[in-house]
Amino acid sequence: MELSELIATANRIKRRDLQAVFEAGAGHIGGEMSVIDILTALYFHAMTVDPANPLDPGRDRLVLSKGHTACALYVTLAEKGFIPKDEVSTFLQPLSRLNGHPNRVKVPGVETNTGPLGHGLPVAVGMAKAAKLDNAAWRTFVITGDGEMQEGSNWEAIMCAAQFRLDNLTLIIDHNKLQQGASVAETNNVAPLAPKLDAFGWAVEEIDGHDMEQLCASLNTASVISGKPKCIIAHTHKGHPISFMSDEVKWHHGVPNAEQYKIAMAELEEIAP
Amino acid sequence: MNAPLDIATLHDCRDAFSQTLEALAEENNDIVTVCNDSVGSSKMSGFRDRFSERLINVGIAEQNMVGVAAGLANGGKIPFVCCASPFLTGRALEQIKADVAYSETNVKLCGISSGLAYGDLGPTHHSIEDFAWVRALPNITIVAPSDRSETAAATKWAAHHDGAVFLRLSRVGVPDLLPDDHTFIPGKADMLREGKDVTIIANGVLTHRALLAAELLSNNNVSARVLNMATVRPLDTDCIVKAAQETGAILTCEEHTIFGGLGSAVAEVVVETCPVPMKRLGVPGIFAPTGSANFLLDRFGMSPQGIVESATALMMKKA
Repeated sequence: MELSELIATANRIKRRDLQAVFEAGAGHIGGEMSVIDILTALYFHAMTVDPANPLDPGRDRLVLSKGHTACALYVTLAEKGFIPKDEVSTFLQPLSRLNGHPNRVKVPGVETNTGPLGHGLPVAVGMAKAAKLDNAAWRTFVITGDGEMQEGSNWEAIMCAAQFRLDNLTLIIDHNKLQQGASVAETNNVAPLAPKLDAFGWAVEEIDGHDMEQLCASLNTASVISGKPKCIIAHTHKGHPISFMSDEVKWHHGVPNAEQYKIAMAELEEIAP
Repeated sequence: MNAPLDIATLHDCRDAFSQTLEALAEENNDIVTVCNDSVGSSKMSGFRDRFSERLINVGIAEQNMVGVAAGLANGGKIPFVCCASPFLTGRALEQIKADVAYSETNVKLCGISSGLAYGDLGPTHHSIEDFAWVRALPNITIVAPSDRSETAAATKWAAHHDGAVFLRLSRVGVPDLLPDDHTFIPGKADMLREGKDVTIIANGVLTHRALLAAELLSNNNVSARVLNMATVRPLDTDCIVKAAQETGAILTCEEHTIFGGLGSAVAEVVVETCPVPMKRLGVPGIFAPTGSANFLLDRFGMSPQGIVESATALMMKKA
């Protein structure tokens, strides 16, 4: 997909996500806005997946470890064709399969059930190890939040991935600097992340997580270093690019009122290519 | 234990487990083991020597261990997680819940040295809560084999079953109790001894003691039925109801706290279907004092003589 088309797709996903959260009256819009460019680059540029055959053994895998941003994943999966686009309107409705956190058994394209933080990376390590055992070419991607890197289980997995030389594994940290209740820096400052990952034996790249060109380049196979798992530290902004949401901790799971919704949607439409 | 025991006839079921797993791995390349520096304690050195690539040792990191197993299953592997049961179930319970049970992954959780097996290493190393913790979760079959034949049969079954299994294994010596060619059927108890006066339900290490107790009871002209209930979930409800109806009293024995384990599971069925007098033997809701597994089982009223006393007192309550 062309760069301009990727940017347009990400904008469309952001608008649909905003609408879904507004209509559901709940969601995690701040982290969804920060992760949608990453999801778009993965599903429409980097990953080989087939919506008609979601369990193809040779597919690339994505684990959304920050499972609370499920709505962004659902909209992306709908855009890609894994689920019907009109189903997004059932998000959080009683008995909808589009729960507040993704379920692999119910939603095609979801690889593992996430929600409790610090679960996705260990599972992704197992996936990458399975591919290595089979000498298979498929890749595993996992997205964590930055606050989530406070979970010890992630560091267990980070050591393990380096030990197993899993160069078919890419971790993308959505580094928006804010967690649920405050900034990461004020809470338990896991930053700077790059030297830590480097010290644990990973190949690390820092990028602007809202720059589609940088995202695509960093996700390419060509950028993989043999024998090392890769970490992309994607510097992002929570709530981006909506002016009044950007970098505001209250939009972690804030829900816009009708007026805010109108303004936010207008802002997204204005920058739509 | 205050009953004659010929040590030479006792077996560590870990051997049957590891030998069976090696045989299964020979036939199926997708079988892998995942462990936490537990190669020796899980008796996996044979597996490591034969299938070194397929023994995945994540080091001392149990949360990662279970997550990695779920990921391996996603990639088409059949992972057997081999880890001391207290750390597998206690440390990694949320991974067991989210990554295995809720995600419906094909992971085999093998809790080695469960119950009181670690004896004098103390309560940190006892795994007497694992039935309760795992039984609260959907989608996991829980099996506690009673001897080496049942261990081998349950391991074979687990490898072929598409779904999560918690295999609760011990290292405490037990004799052969079931036939060599025993076929394991999940959710089906084995009546090891027919009886009409009282039913003793046990599994794991306790089945042996229950049988010794039934023999002692027969000397007192008490006919005790013995049910080996290896599967704790799903439970053999029919067999429990029949025992309640036909013998009128049920005694459960387990190497587990009496809160939430086999006894609780049986009581849930009895109280809802056919209420009869019941007694649950197990660890009575305390952290155990220093002692070997067999010493502690005796101390908590589960020597064969202790079981006889509980059964006799229980029968007094029959209508």
